[in-house]
Amino acid sequence: MTAPLLRVENLVKHYEAGGLLRKEPPVRAVDGISLEVGRGETLGLVGESGCGKSSVGRTILRLQEPTGGRVLFEDHDVFRLERGPLRALRRRMQIIFQDPYSSLDPRMTVGDSIAEGLEIHGIVPRLERAGRVAALLDEVGLDPASATRYPHEFSGGQRQRIGIARALAVEPSFIVCDEPVSALDVSVQAQVLNLLTDLQERRGLSYLFIAHDLAVVRQIAHRVAVMYLGRIVETGPTEEVLARPKHPYTQALLSAVPVPTPDGQRTRIILPGDPPSPSAPPPGCRFHPRCFHPKKDARCSAEAPELRQLGTQMVACHYADG
Amino acid sequence: MSAFLEVENLRVSFPSGGKAIHPVDGVSFQVDRGETLALVGESGCGKSLTSLALLRLLPPAGRIEPGSAIRLGGEDVLALEGEALRRIRGKRVGMVFQDPMTSLNPVFTVGDQIAEGIRAHADVSRREARERAVALLAEVGIPDPAARATAYPHQMSGGMRQRVMIAIALSSGPELLIADEPTTALDVTVQAQILEILDRLRRSHGLAVLLITHDLGIVAGRADRVAVMYAGRIVEAATTAELFARPSHPYTRGLFASIPTLTGPRTRLTPISGNVPSPAAWPTGCRFRTRCPQAMERCSAEPSGVRLTATHRSWCWLAEEPPA
Repeated sequence: MTAPLLRVENLVKHYEAGGLLRKEPPVRAVDGISLEVGRGETLGLVGESGCGKSSVGRTILRLQEPTGGRVLFEDHDVFRLERGPLRALRRRMQIIFQDPYSSLDPRMTVGDSIAEGLEIHGIVPRLERAGRVAALLDEVGLDPASATRYPHEFSGGQRQRIGIARALAVEPSFIVCDEPVSALDVSVQAQVLNLLTDLQERRGLSYLFIAHDLAVVRQIAHRVAVMYLGRIVETGPTEEVLARPKHPYTQALLSAVPVPTPDGQRTRIILPGDPPSPSAPPPGCRFHPRCFHPKKDARCSAEAPELRQLGTQMVACHYADG
Repeated sequence: MSAFLEVENLRVSFPSGGKAIHPVDGVSFQVDRGETLALVGESGCGKSLTSLALLRLLPPAGRIEPGSAIRLGGEDVLALEGEALRRIRGKRVGMVFQDPMTSLNPVFTVGDQIAEGIRAHADVSRREARERAVALLAEVGIPDPAARATAYPHQMSGGMRQRVMIAIALSSGPELLIADEPTTALDVTVQAQILEILDRLRRSHGLAVLLITHDLGIVAGRADRVAVMYAGRIVEAATTAELFARPSHPYTRGLFASIPTLTGPRTRLTPISGNVPSPAAWPTGCRFRTRCPQAMERCSAEPSGVRLTATHRSWCWLAEEPPA
C-alpha cells in the first residue's frame, strides 16, 4: 500500500478561555484524533455543531496553530514547517467554506479573486492569467465572462463555484471542504456535489469533506469518520458505517436524520439532552451521559474507550459488538 | 364545515424599482385543527412571507393585495384592526421561528418571558402565571423546569431555547401554531426532539400546525399534507403519502432527484438546472418552465390546477386528470 496523501496523528486543538482576570478551563475542541486521506479519496468528517470537525480542518492547514499532534502531507511535517515552506505547501492544500461570500473580497472582481493565487504563487505568466481564469470558470460551470463581475452579482450556488475555482487555481492535490453545501438549496446543492465529484475524477483530488448531513456525506465520501466532542467515535467505509453503524452515537445520529421516503421515519432513537460542553467533557466515554447501550456501566464513566477494529469499522466503545 | 385556517388567493406585493413585485402570488390552502400542513420550498419561494402575511406581520413595504382572503376560525383576518388583530396574533395563533435567540429578550429570565405572555392574554395573578410557565416548560420537555425558569436565554443551548419559544407560543392557548423552519438551526439529534414535541402538542391540544420548511425529510415524518411552493405559487399539493409515492409536478420530482439519500443505491444526483429566478424576473405562464426539462410551448400559458385525486393537485400542463 502506498503512503496516504495526508496523515493526521493524535491531533489536539484546545482554545484558551476566560479573560485577563478569570482563567477558565480551555475548550478542548479536538482532543486526540488520527486520520488518513488517500490520493483521490474523500474522507467525510461528520458530527454535530461543536464536535470539533471544523477545527480539525483548519488546524490541519495550520490556519490556526495546533496544541499537539502531527500532520504529514506529501512527506512534509506540516507543523514543523517554517513560514516560507509552509506558504509553498499551501499551494497544495486548499479550503472551501460554507459561505464563499465571506472568503471573497466584495471589491474585487471574480476574475481578480481567482487570479490572486496564480499571482502569489507565480503559477502562470501575467499574460496568460486571463486565459487561465476563463478556463477555471468554465471548469466549474460558470460563464468565463463572469470574470469581470463582482461577488454580489451571483447566487449562493454560483458563489460556491467561484470559491471552488479560486481553490483550484493553485493546483492543489488536497482540499478541505468545510460544509460547502450546507447553506445551499437542495436543487443547487446537488449541482455542487456533482461538480466536486467530477473535479475529483478529473484532477485526482483528495477531499476532507466536513459536514453535518450524513446523506450528503454518503453521496460524496469513500470513507467516513464520526466525531463526538473532540474525538472520533467510529470510522470506516461510508457504506458500511451508514448501513451498519456500531457506535451508539452513530446509530442515534443516523436514526435522527429525517428521511424523505413515503413511510417517513425508521425506528427513531431520540437522544436525551444536548451534547455537553467541550470545555468540561464527561469523564470516561464522552458519550456515556446520553448513551442508551444496554450494557452501559461504571466502566463507561471511568475509562475512555480507544478505537478498536470491529469488522470493517474502527469503533471507540467498550461494548459495541461485531 | 370550513377549516380553521383558510387562505385564498393570497398575494403580497413589494415596491421594487418603481414597479411592484409579487413574492407571494395567488396562494390558497387550508389547515384544520389537529392536522399539520407543510409548506415546502426553497429559499425565495415565498413560504415565509406567506406565514408572516397570515398575521399581517409583513415588513413595512409589504402589502397584501385586494382579492386576498385569510379566515381564521371564521374571522376575516384582513378586516381586523387594533385590539381584535392583537387578540388573533397573540392568543389564537402561536409562532415559532428558526432562530429563538432573536425572539427572546436577553435581559429577562425565560420564566418571566413565558409568564408575561400568559398575563398578556389571561387575567391571572403573577404567581399563577409563574406556575403555569413552569408547567409549560415541563410540557416542552425541559428537565428541572422550576430551576430552568430562572435561567436567561444565553445560558441555554439552541435546542432548549427553541423549547422555550414553543412554550411561549403555547402560553396563550393558541389554536394554530405556525412553525417557520423551527429546527433548521439545530443539530439532527436535537431536531428530532423538537419535532417530536411539536407532534405531541398537535395531538394533545388538537392544534392546527402550519410547518414551513425547505426539508422534505422533515415533512415525511411529520406532516399530514404538503403544499410545494415555487416562485410565489403552490405548484403541487397532496397528502404526504401521495406526494412521496407519486410526485407529479416536474419541480417536485426535481427536488426529490436532488436529495442525497441514506439508503438504496448510491447514484449520481440529478440536479435541477439553473437557479431560482428572482421575483422581478419570474417568467410568464408556468414559472418553472425556464428550468423544467419537460417544458413545451404550451407552458408559456398559465397552467390550471389538475385534480389527480380528491386530495392531490398539480399545476402542470403535463398532469392529467384520471379517467372518470
